[in-house]
Amino acid sequence: MTTHRRWRIGARKVALTAAAGLALTALLGGCASSTPGSTSAAPSVSEADIENALDQETTITIWTWATTLTGIIEAFEKEHPKITVDVVNVGTGAAHYTKLENALKAGSGAPDLATVEYSVLPQFALGGNLVDLNTFGYGDLEDQFTPSVWNSTNLDGGLYELPHNAGPMALFYNKTVFDQFGIEVPTTWAEYAAAAKKIHEADPTVYLAADNGDAGFTTSMLWAAGSKPFETTGTSDVTIDLSDEGAKKFTDFYSPLLEDGLLAPTAGFSNEWYQGLASGKIASLATGAWMAGSLKSGVPTGAGQWRVAPLPTYEAGEKASAMNGGGGYAMLNQSPEQNQLVAAAFLKYMETGPGVQLSIDAGQFPATVADLQSQAFLDKPNDYFGGQDINKVFAESAENVVPGWQYLPYQSYANSVFGDTAGQAYIGHTSLEDGLKAWGDQLVTFGNEQGFTAK
Amino acid sequence: MTTMSSTAVRARKGGGRRRRRSWIGWAFVAPFFLTFAFVTVAPLAYTLYLSLFQEKMLGGTAFVGLGNYVQQLTDPVFWDALGRVSIYLVIFVPVMLALSLIAALAIDSARLHFPRVFRLAIFLPYAVPGVVAALLWGYMYGTQFGLVGNIEDLLGVALPDPLSSNLVLISIGNIMVWLTMGYNMLVFYSALRVVPAELYEAAELDGAGAFRVVRAIKLPAIRPALAVTLVFSVIGAFQLFNEPNILRTLAPNVITSHFTPNMYAYNLSFAGQQYNASAAVAITMGVITMVVAYVIQRVASRKA
Amino acid sequence: MAIVTTDTTGERTGEVPARTPRGASAPTRAKRRDPMQRRPSWVLTAGMTLLLIYSVLPLFWLVINSTKTQGALFSSFGLWFSGPFALFDNIQQVFTYGDGVFARWLANTLLYVVVGAGGSTFLATLAGYGLAKFDFPGKRGAFAVVIAAIAVPGSALAVPTFLLFSQLGLTNTPWSVLIPSLVTPFGLFLMWSYARESIPDELVEAARVDGAGEFRTFFTISLRLLAPGVVSVLLLEIVGTWNNYFLPLIMLSDPQWYPLTVGLNQWSEQANTAGGEAVFNLVITGSLITIVPIIVAFLLLQRFWQSGLAAGSVKQ
Repeated sequence: MTTHRRWRIGARKVALTAAAGLALTALLGGCASSTPGSTSAAPSVSEADIENALDQETTITIWTWATTLTGIIEAFEKEHPKITVDVVNVGTGAAHYTKLENALKAGSGAPDLATVEYSVLPQFALGGNLVDLNTFGYGDLEDQFTPSVWNSTNLDGGLYELPHNAGPMALFYNKTVFDQFGIEVPTTWAEYAAAAKKIHEADPTVYLAADNGDAGFTTSMLWAAGSKPFETTGTSDVTIDLSDEGAKKFTDFYSPLLEDGLLAPTAGFSNEWYQGLASGKIASLATGAWMAGSLKSGVPTGAGQWRVAPLPTYEAGEKASAMNGGGGYAMLNQSPEQNQLVAAAFLKYMETGPGVQLSIDAGQFPATVADLQSQAFLDKPNDYFGGQDINKVFAESAENVVPGWQYLPYQSYANSVFGDTAGQAYIGHTSLEDGLKAWGDQLVTFGNEQGFTAK
Repeated sequence: MTTMSSTAVRARKGGGRRRRRSWIGWAFVAPFFLTFAFVTVAPLAYTLYLSLFQEKMLGGTAFVGLGNYVQQLTDPVFWDALGRVSIYLVIFVPVMLALSLIAALAIDSARLHFPRVFRLAIFLPYAVPGVVAALLWGYMYGTQFGLVGNIEDLLGVALPDPLSSNLVLISIGNIMVWLTMGYNMLVFYSALRVVPAELYEAAELDGAGAFRVVRAIKLPAIRPALAVTLVFSVIGAFQLFNEPNILRTLAPNVITSHFTPNMYAYNLSFAGQQYNASAAVAITMGVITMVVAYVIQRVASRKA
Repeated sequence: MAIVTTDTTGERTGEVPARTPRGASAPTRAKRRDPMQRRPSWVLTAGMTLLLIYSVLPLFWLVINSTKTQGALFSSFGLWFSGPFALFDNIQQVFTYGDGVFARWLANTLLYVVVGAGGSTFLATLAGYGLAKFDFPGKRGAFAVVIAAIAVPGSALAVPTFLLFSQLGLTNTPWSVLIPSLVTPFGLFLMWSYARESIPDELVEAARVDGAGEFRTFFTISLRLLAPGVVSVLLLEIVGTWNNYFLPLIMLSDPQWYPLTVGLNQWSEQANTAGGEAVFNLVITGSLITIVPIIVAFLLLQRFWQSGLAAGSVKQ
């Protein structure tokens, strides 16, 4: 009893700090200078509390669209027979977050844990809806994760997730098609642009890549170009600049591709897009490591044709990559105490315990240092990719991620209006540069309307 | 809409001699109205209430009176969306009704081979849920690698992209026409079926031609059904949402988040968490729709 | 369809049910065809065939493509068979994928249809009759509110409705779908005009004089006269609830309570993101399975719904 009360006070304190928006003036996550763990209160829950909780009949619920948790849950339930973990798929991507927002707004109905990708974590953390995992002393786990990913989960002194997976970017390409058209694998974006031209001129029905305006891809490309369009200081000061030097590098390279119609105007992950990949009409994809699994399940006929290469860079020999996608499982404040304790145990098991290997086996790209350095992981050939050791490419990309990137505290709104503004460049209504500027302007307006100080 | 209430009045006057004014009627209507109050009136009232406040992500909630309405009525995005559905309804409601009417007249004319086959086949799309229809057409609209692309490859011609900004409204209208034509055809057909035989016999005696029969007998027989269909089609067009919302995943730049007023309201509340502004849009659109439906009803019934 | 859930959705709008009879006594079964137009015309038939192809082509596409594996789906011409004939395999997968959740969705849909369509038809019939045959205080006001509510776009009411329901603990239960589908303003409008025309006041009055209670009169005499109208409304409601999408999408978070439409769209969206699994073959085959029961119901009930519609349509 006493331990519980103690913990509850701790939790309330954390919530209060967050709600007051005064938090300890640490910079928002992503900044290399932030020193998580040291900024927050000492853990108010002991391991004994968690052990106790695991001995009581409890069912926790996780909302996720991932289908890769089954093995982990089975193993966890075997170890803790009194615990049941329910997985509920409430929707994918935006639909999932809508459900989550609704439950939060309604004040009830939220799960104990939910998938929250790194890009929208600031938004949910800001609302004071998530439990700071420092409560459980998890700030000490920092050493086990790669810094770029760890920083995405550490926001304004709070730790809101343990990293579950990562999406270091790489260039997936169809070797058969590349060979057919005599295309060398591009190592710089200039070579990439030349390849796009060559392949489309040789056969107007074939494209090097497809893009009809995707906020996630664009932000990742800005990231890799060294742009830092979004910066949040404290909780309320937001700076938006979509025309900094990095952004210019990106638009200079990318605008001609759009203007000359060298990219297939096909929506990512649509039926048509899969058709394009399967038929070899879309010859490459620059995206996160998770695509390896999606290609295998979505384009089974492409087995043996695809390979993975490092993401091209602006200068030859440069080391600059970015993350695309990826996230973890956030714990919701609505979750009752007992469930929070069990969920905390599950998180630790999944992200740093035996669950890590099970995740990798299920096709997830890990965020844990030990695995990224393990030979067994790096040397694992992938049959779909013609026996290539693709993990090596991804692991190298993870190391080369440009530091210092931040997402907006209202990134899901930002993504939802990308098509209205920047997306207009993809249908020839404006230039990419102006489109991005329009996007930025709208985000500044929205931020100020919502009580931020945005500029 | 007015005719409905004015006929109600007329009915009451007409039946007044026989009917007592009593509370017993409420016993019949109470189950409906209680449920209605719960699932429609209460949320509507709550929406009205919400529309008077503004809640910020930082800084809480404040009473803003009609501020949300002012902001939204001065936002070009709203008028843009309203203009788009207006164009849409002016084009597609008549097209859909005309096709339904032609089909009904043809099937009723007895000059068609296998009329039952036609009646059934044209009616079939009505059985398809709107969501499934949008997914289905979305698959087929693919110009690059979808069905349109397939046909291009097969015939060696370049077809325009159905989801480009020039054609997207037509593509959406097409789904609506496809889905609803069959049902309206059947409504018109049923109206034709109850035309008394004597009228046709009289026309035959007069030596009237086929087109004359259509004009003088059939169209007047359909007119009341047409008036009601028109009003509800217009309401439906103003509320356009499902089809563009599903096609948006395929053409996010062309179908913007504020493509129709209803999508605008939806995205305000779901993507932007601007529940209050969204509520104001909903109320405004309700008022506009009522006014337009009222006017159409007036015009249609005057002609009838 | 808008009718069932006009309050919360804008879906399937545009279609409009038959209006009401000015007299059910009218010759509903036509005893004639136009006497002078007996010769079938091939020109007309050819013209109408275009319309027929337009109506059926997407369904044909659906049937063809539900026989393909996911691999063949992405690499073959859309309007003809290709690859191994995988229809039965796909059907089996549809029913086994995700622990057989599709069967659960089918059962949910049936529940929503039976209770929702049945209940809403009953409430609309009762209320339509009440409005048509009784005078009572507040009648005009009540009527006006119903009409006004039709015009407010439903999808924008979704959040307020969701918040209210969640206060009452109704969200994520079947009640959150069933209760709203019990209300059909359009059905009420239909039944009101039907009752007004088909039930003579004298009949009700006579029953009253005989000392029959109002409800007894309704159930023993009036309901029988209302039957064709009831059938029309019921069929509309069945299609409407079967197609209901937006409301359950908002209200339900647990797929165990999804109807088919929401479930299918979730399968479709599943391909849309990292960690998801593309199952387009299941979406397509699932869509086919969703449509088939409704088509079969139409075919079996053809005689009933056609006479219902005919009886319900307008005679000048």
